[in-house]
Amino acid sequence: MEQLNAWFTELLSDNAIFTANTLGYYLDGLGSTVRLVFLSLIIGLLLAVPLAIARGSRRKWVKWPVFLYTYVFRGTPLLIQLYLIYYGVVFIEGIQDTFLWAILKDAFYPALIAFTLNTAAYTTEIFHGAIKATPRGEIEAARAYGMSRALMMRRIILPSAFRRALPAYGNEVIFMLHASAIASVVTIMDLTGAARFVYARFYAPFDAFLFVAAIYLCLTFAILFLFRYLEKKLLAHLKPING
Amino acid sequence: MIDLQGYGPRLLEGALVTLEVAVLSLLLALILGLLTASAKLSRHWLFHRIATLYTTLIRGVPDLVLMLLLFFGGQIGVNMFTDWLYYEFDVDIFININEFVAGVVTIGFIFGAYMGETFRGAFLAVESGQIEAGRAYGMSNRLIFRRIQFPQMMRHALPGLGNNWMVLLKTTALVSVIGLSDMVRIAAEATKATHEPFLFMIPVAVVYLLIASVSEWIVARLQKHYNAGFGEADEWNN
Amino acid sequence: MADTPIPLEVRDITKRFGDTEVLKGLSLKAHKGDVITLIGASGSGKSTFLRCMNLLEQPNEGELIVHGENITFKTTRRGREPVDWKQVERIRAKLSMVFQSFNLWAHMTLLENVIEAPTHVLGKPKREAIAHARDLLDRVGLLDHADYYPAQMSGGQQQRGAIARALAMDPEVMLFDEPTSALDPELVGDVLKVMRDLAEEGRTMIVVTHEMSFARDVSSQVIYLHQGMVEEVGPPKEVLDNPQSDRLKQFLAPKH
Repeated sequence: MEQLNAWFTELLSDNAIFTANTLGYYLDGLGSTVRLVFLSLIIGLLLAVPLAIARGSRRKWVKWPVFLYTYVFRGTPLLIQLYLIYYGVVFIEGIQDTFLWAILKDAFYPALIAFTLNTAAYTTEIFHGAIKATPRGEIEAARAYGMSRALMMRRIILPSAFRRALPAYGNEVIFMLHASAIASVVTIMDLTGAARFVYARFYAPFDAFLFVAAIYLCLTFAILFLFRYLEKKLLAHLKPING
Repeated sequence: MIDLQGYGPRLLEGALVTLEVAVLSLLLALILGLLTASAKLSRHWLFHRIATLYTTLIRGVPDLVLMLLLFFGGQIGVNMFTDWLYYEFDVDIFININEFVAGVVTIGFIFGAYMGETFRGAFLAVESGQIEAGRAYGMSNRLIFRRIQFPQMMRHALPGLGNNWMVLLKTTALVSVIGLSDMVRIAAEATKATHEPFLFMIPVAVVYLLIASVSEWIVARLQKHYNAGFGEADEWNN
Repeated sequence: MADTPIPLEVRDITKRFGDTEVLKGLSLKAHKGDVITLIGASGSGKSTFLRCMNLLEQPNEGELIVHGENITFKTTRRGREPVDWKQVERIRAKLSMVFQSFNLWAHMTLLENVIEAPTHVLGKPKREAIAHARDLLDRVGLLDHADYYPAQMSGGQQQRGAIARALAMDPEVMLFDEPTSALDPELVGDVLKVMRDLAEEGRTMIVVTHEMSFARDVSSQVIYLHQGMVEEVGPPKEVLDNPQSDRLKQFLAPKH
């Protein structure tokens, strides 16, 4: 133990790259990444619920715009969406004179908007699929007991669809975490941004990128375990007690 | 020809680069995917371990980080290897990890892991009775694979393969970050020069949608081909 | 008593699926305490008829009167449909249905299933609904299963639970759509016993079933349907013990 400790201290003191200073960059980067991913997921989720309901509407003029939106946002690279919003917001007529400009000129918000619209599109399709997969009999029972469409949606269809959507949504969360790495392309100092900075400063690609890869790996596993736990808790009712 | 302030021809070249990267990395991913699937299905624990480690690591790290690692670190790694070859064996070779190689190899490696999962699931989905029936008629293992297992596996694998291809196609946009002149990079350069993001980004987005739509159509055709005889069963699943 | 409206009356119901006419003018009147059994071969239209009664299927023609309330229809581009869906929801709440495949809501426990419609459709206070639900679960022998999820129970238990769910609405009429057809033979008895008890206490029930002994012992009226028409109707003693038509004789003949 003593030896190990000594060895570790020596390792750190020998180390020119992972000083408290650089570790600070990574920590700030972690903060940016978590904030960006968490906020876009939450807002995207809130947008996706009504959109998914609209996506399954019988009315063409409700269904089609939502379909078009998800088709475009799922069919094009997130990087393009990010560029479009990052470079595009500048051109909104008169925006530079409004208070919004103070917010939007920071790359964080265009990135947040792009990520939110992107994850909302994917989540809409996930929920839409889960809603469509509601067992017919359960809907029939709800109708037979005099439930209105709104009540049925709120009490029967959505609660069971959310549970069914859980595994796919877990994948979407991991996907967003990984996709958020491109925030560094528009000058945001997220985790990847921090790694690129450290790389550029020390010209040590392995140290800079392997370290950040390890952090992403840990985050991915954390999300994975969280969703495993949620699935176990929320999907238990679908499994028979004996086998 | 659409001029787009003189950037039209360059964007077209960029589109070709995008397609080249996509198709080459798809090929690499398919090969790696088949290898991974066989390793995961093999009875040898070492193959199994390696394949599992590969798919877990790849799927736990952002594609961009892997690409940056390979692009910036790859040359150093390769140089160390070639130096060693030179000193030990007096073999002098030079391998250049440029943007193109780094892009294709990274994307191929990433999607090899996803393809591996798809193939593995598809192989497992072929009923053992089908293979037994082949054996009962005196077919060799090779013949069984070629005539029974593979066609039936493709039916199960196609939706996943199609899906992976769509994601792969969009992932190619990342090569622009390491400096390869695909259509995204050229559009970004044009945007910075002219301050007209919509003029360049929207056509590029349309090209992606176009490729995706054509691919979707092709996958649907293939699906129909491999689904012969399974029609009703699949309607139920939808 | 004469001015008490009868719980359910349907007149001249017809139903077409595309070009095939599956119900060709069926009528039925359920007085309080009646147990009406609908029998017939598969494809005779008995389930469709039952589903027209709470408008899970929209009849192409005919009238529907629930507890004196006449459902009004209009003809739209999509076909004939009720004018006021609120009215339909209101009458559905008076006609509890028990399904062949139980259709308990999978994400809710048995107790939650039973109190769901009373609290959210009828607006009953939750505490009251729970007390009532516990009584009902006790009656069908499932009080100890109140916190189970549907997937954790056997088919027979699920169906008895579904009957408790139907009872919780204090329905005018209970509609049973082949309630024992999806059950293993050894589980049928428990469900039938619960249904017999309900009949004895004077519940108004309309039952689509293949259980001839149940039809014989319990019903006040048996209706034999053939290809969407009433072939024979009357008390079980007449219809089942003394069938007139060859078809019904053949239908009732013991099958090996």
